[in-house]
Amino acid sequence: MTDAADLRRRTAELLAAHPPATTDKLDFLRARFDAGLAWVHYPEGLGGLGAPRSLQAVVDADLEAEGAPDNDPRRIGIGLGMAAPTILAYGTEEQKRRFLRPLWTGEEVWCQLFSEPGAGSDLAALGTRAVREGDGDWVVNGQKVWTSSAHVARWAILIARTDPDVPKHRGITYFICDMTDPGVEVRPLRQVTGEAEFNEVFITDVRIPDARRLGDVGDGWKVAQTTLNNERVAIGGMRLPREGGMIGPVARTWRERPELRTHDLHQRLLKLWVEAEAARLTAERLRQQLVAGQPGPEGAGMKLAFARLNQEISGLEVELRGEEGLLYDDWTMRRPELVDFVGRDAGYRYLRSKGNSIEGGTTEVLLNIVAERVLGLPGEPRTDKDVAWKDLAR
Amino acid sequence: MSTQPNRRAEPDLLYSEDEEALRAAVRDLLTDHCDAAGVIARVESDAPHDRELWKLLADGMGLAGLLVPEELGGQGATPREAAVVLEELGRFVAPVPYLTSAVVATEALLAADDGELLADLASGRRIGALAVALNVSAGTAYKVVRFEDGALHGELTGIADAAVADVLLVPADDGGLYAVDASAVTVTPQVSLDLTRPLAKVTLDGAPGRLLGDAEPAVRRALRAGAGLLASEQLGLAEWTLTETVRYLKERKQFNRPVGGFQALKHRLAQLWLEVVNLRAAARNAADQLATGGDDADLAVAVAQAFAAPVAVHAAEEALQLHGGIGMTWEHPVHLYLKRAKADSIAYGTAGAHRAALAELVDLQAP
Repeated sequence: MTDAADLRRRTAELLAAHPPATTDKLDFLRARFDAGLAWVHYPEGLGGLGAPRSLQAVVDADLEAEGAPDNDPRRIGIGLGMAAPTILAYGTEEQKRRFLRPLWTGEEVWCQLFSEPGAGSDLAALGTRAVREGDGDWVVNGQKVWTSSAHVARWAILIARTDPDVPKHRGITYFICDMTDPGVEVRPLRQVTGEAEFNEVFITDVRIPDARRLGDVGDGWKVAQTTLNNERVAIGGMRLPREGGMIGPVARTWRERPELRTHDLHQRLLKLWVEAEAARLTAERLRQQLVAGQPGPEGAGMKLAFARLNQEISGLEVELRGEEGLLYDDWTMRRPELVDFVGRDAGYRYLRSKGNSIEGGTTEVLLNIVAERVLGLPGEPRTDKDVAWKDLAR
Repeated sequence: MSTQPNRRAEPDLLYSEDEEALRAAVRDLLTDHCDAAGVIARVESDAPHDRELWKLLADGMGLAGLLVPEELGGQGATPREAAVVLEELGRFVAPVPYLTSAVVATEALLAADDGELLADLASGRRIGALAVALNVSAGTAYKVVRFEDGALHGELTGIADAAVADVLLVPADDGGLYAVDASAVTVTPQVSLDLTRPLAKVTLDGAPGRLLGDAEPAVRRALRAGAGLLASEQLGLAEWTLTETVRYLKERKQFNRPVGGFQALKHRLAQLWLEVVNLRAAARNAADQLATGGDDADLAVAVAQAFAAPVAVHAAEEALQLHGGIGMTWEHPVHLYLKRAKADSIAYGTAGAHRAALAELVDLQAP
């Protein structure tokens, strides 16, 4: 069993062989992956050492202390948070060896082709079709939407319908899609903020070799659950300082601009400050639980809390700014590589935060999930469960 | 075994194994000796406090002395353990003077460094009560009695659990805190909103008192601990109302479906769960900061109290509404929780008072 002392020794060896100050960033990241120090709980040869997940913090701390480069986790968040755990759980040995290393080093960016215009919250209703040809390859046709990073992604995780004659959850298969295929067309989707952080993706006669299927044919829904569960716990690993989220900019504005203060806003600000601090402590508690190897159900709720808080806080900030709140920093249509919730002005924050209760599962769907899976309340009555997908009303 | 890098002193927000063992022991005892029907029957009597239960907790388990050093006969534990006890007491709305005697009065005596009385309180032989109205928060003004010719004169109201106290800790106008034997004063019960933590009027008519020390630091410390740990009681209370409501809504059928299957109600319960989860983190943080004596203790207490009261009241109000007609009856215990939650929202300072304190602490000044 690999213990903390062993990991410390291996980290020191990595640093000695590849001094961060004189080593190219990519070379360092590749060496780190090959040393099994990328994600220590992954198997040997795949960036890990089969060590307890909680020991990653030991490695990260020692590397950070020595100024080692990181793999820009925000830029490759979908790969790290969603694609990697799914490939690890369902991929073939060949797939794992081909995809995990460049995914982790950031050489290859991933996106997620899940949502469709007609299948958002009801994701299993998706209509993108994958038809098997005589040679065993798949030909895919359909349209995806709300796809972050599609314009910079090399690969995508994709779910498509392979059997329309069975109920909707059973006829889906999970694939890895090559975003450079000429049949993949990425179009920017301009948003309320003025920029195009998301995309529409049109898929026309895209051939996917059967070797890039993840999991069994018809098992795509089960595989997708791994992806989605990892999406929801990704937030649990965050460690925020006090005032580290959306409350930070508004608190600073309050302190620096006494002329903007009113009694009404003061009461609302303090209330939100307290709620933001409680949510931060809850995220910290969740993180400590994960480190201690006792993951709790709290993760399911954290996204709900942050979505509501971000919206209320940014809304308050626009009001606080008074005349300035009537202005906007820039309506230019841009295609940013990163999702940025906080980095621009109050007006941008207010508009972008509206997406927080829709993306990654709407607040309404997540409340159902908490009610049913955490509290054990009865599920919604369903009329689609035993009906073939092709017979459902659309 | 732990080799985590300890670069930053984040509060420990989890429960230790010992704390979980303590919780299990307290819960077992309360399950056997503190059923809701018994609490309801008792609050209608002239003796709302459960002295038998207190004896089991204080004598049997030594909980009265949890915060008292071992050399004085206590357990030498910390506010973290006391918080766990309070979660369980809150879950049962137990009518015992734990918060008032084993936390608030004890903290005042720890500040005053009075070993003799601490030992008495720790053993459970005597019950103490700080003679400051229950709604007062740390750092704000409180009523004092007149010290004249070596005796105390005056009337204090809103004193929680005074009816069972053997000794009252009374602040006087000379700046001192005095220990006054309950037999030397007149204690008149007041009709209280929360019958499980009844208030009383204390009349001192030339009562003799023994000077313990300066009132100000002792009262401040006691009220801060009271407010910080009250959040754990509110957590236990909110948890019970949520759990019980979920249980009821899975069983109760209307329109040929379990009521808990209706989305309008599911979402309210999920929202409540989220509030309770956040309250747990805030309450744990306060307990941990009080235990470690961190610089952030004042802030942690203010955050916990500003957050806890609205959540506990919301949880109890939702429980009553979602139980429908049965929730409105005297025989169903939800009213005990509503009354305790509402009284707790005033106890040791309202959420608004704690937000005001917070505005100073984090430099978010009023206009």
